Amino acid sequence: MDFSSPIPLQAFLILAALLFCIGVWGLINSRNAVRVLMSIELMLNAVNLNLMAFSNYVDGQLIRGQVFAIFVITVAAAEAAVGLAILLSLYRNRETVDMERFNLLRW
Amino acid sequence: MTIASTTEQICFLVLSATLVLGSLGVVLLPNIVYSAFLLGGVFLSVAGLYLLLNASFVAAAQVLVYVGAVNVLILFAIMLVNKKEDLSSIPSLLTRRLLSGAVCLGLFILLIRVAFTTAWPLPGPASIGEEATVRIGEHFFSDYLLPFELASVLLLMAMIGAIVLARRDVFASDVITGEPADQGLIEKARTPLLIERPKQSQTP
Repeated sequence: MDFSSPIPLQAFLILAALLFCIGVWGLINSRNAVRVLMSIELMLNAVNLNLMAFSNYVDGQLIRGQVFAIFVITVAAAEAAVGLAILLSLYRNRETVDMERFNLLRW
Repeated sequence: MTIASTTEQICFLVLSATLVLGSLGVVLLPNIVYSAFLLGGVFLSVAGLYLLLNASFVAAAQVLVYVGAVNVLILFAIMLVNKKEDLSSIPSLLTRRLLSGAVCLGLFILLIRVAFTTAWPLPGPASIGEEATVRIGEHFFSDYLLPFELASVLLLMAMIGAIVLARRDVFASDVITGEPADQGLIEKARTPLLIERPKQSQTP
């Protein structure tokens, strides 16, 4: 491996893509509702990593990617709070966290 | 070959290995408490990658918000809902896992192809490095002022909404006996509304 050149942009992009795909897989396949929320956080982090990489490599002077990343972090915090509150009230009403049994509105 | 770039490469390799292994652990481990702690590790390694990308302010915000708030919130939620339940097995679970794995692999290959075939406008302007915090502040109070204020309104709405959603139904005084009830400590035994009960026999 070449240790002399700086890290290319594509390395960060591939890392973020891998993190996003792991998050999508976990989102589809989790039975526990808390793990679904964790997978959503993984996907948001992947998007943030992309924004930061572009901000550093392409937009080095006006770092607009970092500003957007901060907004994404804010929205993610709000989403985590509301999501966990919904999860708690759901658990209180159905006494389970199994995603397969949250099917009241399905058919 | 400079020492700085070598250190950068080694840091990137270590952080990305931690990131990938940690996120695989978050998704795959059967014990959800381990998953939550590994999620904290994933957030910390993402903060380290932000430091490699010359963004110290966002790295600090990541540690404060994600590790300090979101991860702790998830741990509290796990403690509140962590009832041992044996999940009923559903048919075609393996098919679903394989199919979604194939879809995710396809998405990953597509994203790799996009990353390598797109002509990024590189090299861009030189990074401003540690001036980034000042520049973020200028952005927030000039051209991104409206989203900044809207974000504060959003946080307020999320806080009130979370309190309203997660609040327990505790009456200040008991409806039946009339005795005052302690607001914070007693949760009334109430029948959950939406549980599937066994069908009661119809009385004619």
